[in-house]
Amino acid sequence: MSEAARMPPAAATPAPDPAEAVLEVTGLNTRFATPDGEVRAVNDVNFTVARGETVGVVGESGSGKSQVFMSVMGLLASNGNATGRVRFQGQDILGMAASKLNRIRGSRMSMIFQDPMTSLNPFLTVARQMTEVLVQHKGMGERDALKRSVEMLDLVRIPEAARRVTMYPHEFSGGMRQRVMVAMALLCQPDLLIADEPTTALDVTVQAQILDLMQTLKREFSTSIVLITHDLGVIAGLADRVMVMYGGSVVEEGGVRDIFYDPQHPYSAGLLQSMPRLAAGRAERLVSIPGQPPNLQRLPPGCPFRPRCPHAFDPCETDDPALRPIGPGRAKACHLDAMP
Amino acid sequence: MSDAALREPLLTVRDLRVHFSMPKRSLLARHRDTLKAVDGISFDLAAGETVGVVGESGCGKSTLGRAILRLIPVTDGQVLWLGEDLRAASASRMREHRRDLQVIFQDPLASLDPRMTVGDIIAEPLRTFNPQMAKDEARQHVRDLMRTVGLMPEMINRYPHEFSGGQCQRIGIARAMILRPKLVICDEPVSALDVSIQSQIINLLMDLQAEFGLSLIFISHDLSVVRHISHRIMVLYMGRLVEMADRDALYDTPRHPYTQALISAVPLPDPDAERAKTRIVLEGDLPSPVDPPSGCIFRTRCPKAVDHCAAELPALQTIASGHQVACHYWDRPAPQKGT
Repeated sequence: MSEAARMPPAAATPAPDPAEAVLEVTGLNTRFATPDGEVRAVNDVNFTVARGETVGVVGESGSGKSQVFMSVMGLLASNGNATGRVRFQGQDILGMAASKLNRIRGSRMSMIFQDPMTSLNPFLTVARQMTEVLVQHKGMGERDALKRSVEMLDLVRIPEAARRVTMYPHEFSGGMRQRVMVAMALLCQPDLLIADEPTTALDVTVQAQILDLMQTLKREFSTSIVLITHDLGVIAGLADRVMVMYGGSVVEEGGVRDIFYDPQHPYSAGLLQSMPRLAAGRAERLVSIPGQPPNLQRLPPGCPFRPRCPHAFDPCETDDPALRPIGPGRAKACHLDAMP
Repeated sequence: MSDAALREPLLTVRDLRVHFSMPKRSLLARHRDTLKAVDGISFDLAAGETVGVVGESGCGKSTLGRAILRLIPVTDGQVLWLGEDLRAASASRMREHRRDLQVIFQDPLASLDPRMTVGDIIAEPLRTFNPQMAKDEARQHVRDLMRTVGLMPEMINRYPHEFSGGQCQRIGIARAMILRPKLVICDEPVSALDVSIQSQIINLLMDLQAEFGLSLIFISHDLSVVRHISHRIMVLYMGRLVEMADRDALYDTPRHPYTQALISAVPLPDPDAERAKTRIVLEGDLPSPVDPPSGCIFRTRCPKAVDHCAAELPALQTIASGHQVACHYWDRPAPQKGT
């Protein structure tokens, strides 16, 4: 790895070509049955991910950002139920039988989670866990599968990969485990990689190594990436397009520069302003969003952001605003015509 | 140097060391390994000042905070509180000092007793230190403080699980503040909180500092948050202080290669700036803390390292007013290897 990795300048928003859509989600609703009542985790979410595109999904705890993709991957908890339509490369996959879905998951579509230790099996060597994927999905022999696994560990810059592959997950550091996860997710060269808070548990210098790796993936393999995170800095560096989620709904969507430089939903604007800046002075107070995120069991009538919104007016009390187009590739769910 | 640092220090830490003796690696091992969690750290803290402590997992930043409070045994060095050595203080003397020394932890819910009401949690230090205070008076104090930290006083009889993460952190802050301490050590106080809530808590800590003239030691891995709240910042790597400076000097002109890498690695929430910047990506992983490298502890990952770095441990040197750095080559390119 070079000491200093210079990244390409922010590209113009690529127009997602529906013919090239890798993932199309339409009218997705996800509900969880709990003893205290139904939790409406995802509410009428629609989006597409084009080939080679990186979509950033931003939101706070409980915004539904992870549950959208757990629904897509068929990984909901047993009390969860997703309705709507999810098409992956033209094939309907929502509600597909696990046996059929398993031919797609881990092969053409992979997921990386925040905590690598809970996703790796502590009883099996890394070699066992990696070769299994290749034997299952690609029908490779053990020897070829091992060779390919070592190559993949090399690619994610695990030192002495041929020796390390025989080790158990606990023998790796946190950053190395996350790289093993990335290597496993990439074994079959998936067309879509879903990364849920891939660097949140890592230190910044290790995070820099993983982000560098994802940048390479994007550039060299034109993998479509969905990057789910609460860290706006990570999104700013990697995403082409951004979806902002709040209270189980997408509240704003647009190109990465649109969202960061000209946010049109009061929540996106508030979120950006409440970030402490590395380049800012001490004296100033941080702008903060008053109040708490909504309880998904008892969403207020009208707009979910209304109780915390500085610009709320009458219609916000009664009508939940639908996501509507506001420009090329841009949409927001807000009654305001423009940000004051 | 900030005005605050010119005043008489509240807290003086000199050559502080916290070493842990590790279990033997095998039955046949001759001796135990020593893990030097904090190794020779010195700094001063003035009244009303915030010193930020940054570094990555395992750098010793939490151990440093706990050692100052004597929550864990100190191996060597001095911790002077208003000139008095806390290490030599008797148990009863230490108890008196604890009024002035408080702490806030990262996980707000885990640090609150689930079976106590919020009112009892916040009042507990009062009952311990002022048992003669009338119950009504104590409750009035608690109500006033709840208002100060942004909690509704009507919620005084509720239990912690009824509050969100941000509100639990406010409860923890109220408990730390009830005795009007002089120093609060904040150990990752906003790391578990969402961005919009994090900014509420940072503003609250800064307001409390302005109102009560509080000193803060703010421990965090988040460099943006630390820059926002601190007057001065120290950077730790594997238990050692590698650089310390006023906040602007540290971020604008970092001198230690580790500080430079750390700052360059922070992703900026600004697409053009983030994609245009040069990120220094460090090679490899942290060395084993029980078997640290000879000489400079950072040399195994340092882009500047040469043979000399393995031979000699760089001392912390003052390179400008209030700016200290522990690197042989902070002001010049390292000589080519082998020369």
